[in-house]
Amino acid sequence: MNTAADLRSGTWPATSLPYGEDHQIFRDSARRFFETECVPHREAWDDAGMAPREIWKRAGDLGFLGPRIGEAFGGSGGDLLHGVAAVEEQVRAGVIAPLLWVHNDIVAPYVVQYGTPEQKLAILPKMACGELVGAAALAEPGTDGDPLAIRTQARCESGDYVISGRKTFVANGATADLVVVSARTASGISLFVVPTEGLAGFSRGPLLDKLGQRSADTADLLFDEVRLPVASLLGGQEGQGLTQVNERLVEEQLMMGVGAVALMEAAIEHTVVYTRERKAFGHRIIDFQNSRFRLAEARTEAAVCRVFLERCITRFMQGRLGFSEAAMLKWWSTEKQCQIVDQCLQLHGGYGYMLEFPISRMWLDGRGARIWGGANEITKDTIGRAL
Amino acid sequence: MIESPYYRAEHEVFRQRVRRFIEDECLPHQEAWQKACKPPRELWRKAGHEGLLCPKVSVEFGGGGGDLYHCLVIMEEQTRVCFNDLAFYLHSDIIAPYIEFYGTNEQKRRFLPRMVTGELISAIAMTEPGAGSDLQSIRTSARRDGDTYLLNGQKTFISNAQNADLIVVAAKTDPQAGARGISLLILETAGADGFRLGRNLKKIGCKVQDTSELFFGDVRVPVENLIGEVEGQGFYQLMRRLPEERLIMAMSAVANMECAVEETVAFAKATSLGGKTLIEDQNASRKLAECKTTTTIARAYLERCIDLFIEGRFDANAGAMAKWWTTEKCSEVIDDCLQLHGTGGYMREFRVGRRWADARLGRIAGGANEIMKDLVGRSL
Repeated sequence: MNTAADLRSGTWPATSLPYGEDHQIFRDSARRFFETECVPHREAWDDAGMAPREIWKRAGDLGFLGPRIGEAFGGSGGDLLHGVAAVEEQVRAGVIAPLLWVHNDIVAPYVVQYGTPEQKLAILPKMACGELVGAAALAEPGTDGDPLAIRTQARCESGDYVISGRKTFVANGATADLVVVSARTASGISLFVVPTEGLAGFSRGPLLDKLGQRSADTADLLFDEVRLPVASLLGGQEGQGLTQVNERLVEEQLMMGVGAVALMEAAIEHTVVYTRERKAFGHRIIDFQNSRFRLAEARTEAAVCRVFLERCITRFMQGRLGFSEAAMLKWWSTEKQCQIVDQCLQLHGGYGYMLEFPISRMWLDGRGARIWGGANEITKDTIGRAL
Repeated sequence: MIESPYYRAEHEVFRQRVRRFIEDECLPHQEAWQKACKPPRELWRKAGHEGLLCPKVSVEFGGGGGDLYHCLVIMEEQTRVCFNDLAFYLHSDIIAPYIEFYGTNEQKRRFLPRMVTGELISAIAMTEPGAGSDLQSIRTSARRDGDTYLLNGQKTFISNAQNADLIVVAAKTDPQAGARGISLLILETAGADGFRLGRNLKKIGCKVQDTSELFFGDVRVPVENLIGEVEGQGFYQLMRRLPEERLIMAMSAVANMECAVEETVAFAKATSLGGKTLIEDQNASRKLAECKTTTTIARAYLERCIDLFIEGRFDANAGAMAKWWTTEKCSEVIDDCLQLHGTGGYMREFRVGRRWADARLGRIAGGANEIMKDLVGRSL
């Protein structure tokens, strides 16, 4: 069967981004990695509920972990566009696990941006090679979406922090060996970077049974009087957690936009192929006026999204992407992504409901994006308040 | 603020000039012109004098020698005060280019300088009763008779016709040939025997823009008024202009919805609702956030389209996408804005109501949006 990657055509609006040759090399090698080393195992990983640890090491060897981590810390020193290419290729290949973007675009940047020199040296090289897999443990049962409402405590005790609490919906939760944890400290909410190997009092809940993204492990993390050295406090200063979480949101939402646009494009390309090949009532499906209209709508919406995404990427690289714009990109692109994927599934007819067709997985895997990274309703409130 | 490498300081200077003109020379008469269902003839001379007409026409013919951002500036400044129904763009950006790009040197010299000054007001006549977006099936004919063509037929929905001195008419010079039989002729209306202006049609919105029926009974048009001097080129001339024409419609749509959102945000901040302001209401705030998102995205998209156009990378498909999507979103957004105004939104004294009615045209004119989707769909 044709894959979306084969079909990538020149009909999308020409890119306005400053891609260079090294981005293309990186993109090609990412595509090869996902297509040859991940796609064949998708079902097995789905069944297991996670990808094996070795695939992370392999991704590290090939330079896909922390592509933006500086060379001084063992990374390849790329820019945002390397990160964009990695996400796009993973989405286009239909690969969920290993959930690289959580590691690359959520967890590593906390250390890069806020970590002390010691934290960077201790953690980043290991993240870049895959020795440490990252997770962010921010949400708790009952606090969904509100970082202020957390109950996990970190109290000071004879020069250490002692953390107690329960985190939920932690992506990479079963695999991770390095967790960014939010907790209440004496001077407000703080973030800790926590290597979990052999950590007394730390345990993981069972894998959470999700609607989609089944190959990506999501679990609760439990901290029962976990003793951490002061050096685990991210940035070495208490009370910065909320600011750090909020500041990081812009880039996280930007990367969610990257994923959403890549997914809608892939869905459309799969559907164009399907509707060209498949016949009904003696005609190719694409020759029915309704199919043409729905695909034309989807193609236009996707083109519009891509243009806005590129503007946001450009602004981000110039250091002037605002909260509101990132929020706009996030809710709009994930909403459109779900609408388009749903329409594309419809055009597949009964086959769209069968898991062997990529569109059905996209439909299931994509739904989460409207919820996480700031539920779309909350995201609209951010924009509304700024008007 | 426009974010494009092609938008320069000179555009901003031009904007100030346009704004002054619209506010001083047009705004005081808005209601009167709406009632009259057309702008006065003198307005065109004044607009020409201020450099508002034909900003893109080459300097050689007296034009501004500008680019699409000049057109956008005029459109935005008109729309800001809900005056987008003053159809300068039709004259400047739709009709003048037919003469400039396809006309003979003689035609350019005869018509363009006077179009720039507003001495000549122009209209274009394509649509016929029974042939809307389907241009190939027009029935108006132009039969060669010596040094003239004899024009016979009927056109409808022709904007600017009430004041028009020249009308570009699409007619069949070969009635048997379908698309290849279509030619564009310049009809000079002064003393044209057999030409009759029909009713100025009453429209839902766009009140200032007059829209008429035209009748031709053996009207003589000299052969030197055939655009490009070669018969049968009309259809292709029209097709090649479509991407830009549709982009211009997208400009209008984006400007209109942006203004509506801005006005509605101001309204929602100033209106109380059960002890708080409307904008503090959760639903109102989210609705406005949605509207603002749509306009922000539409703006980014529009500017990218204009840039691609300037770079020569904007094709028919891109034009169809831009046209249907922006005009559709424009109607959706302004409908939400009207709703947030409550009953006031239904009163013509609020701009939002007029914007709502004006916006509706965008989804039909310039190729109905269904035609646009069909076009995009066929390219897949």
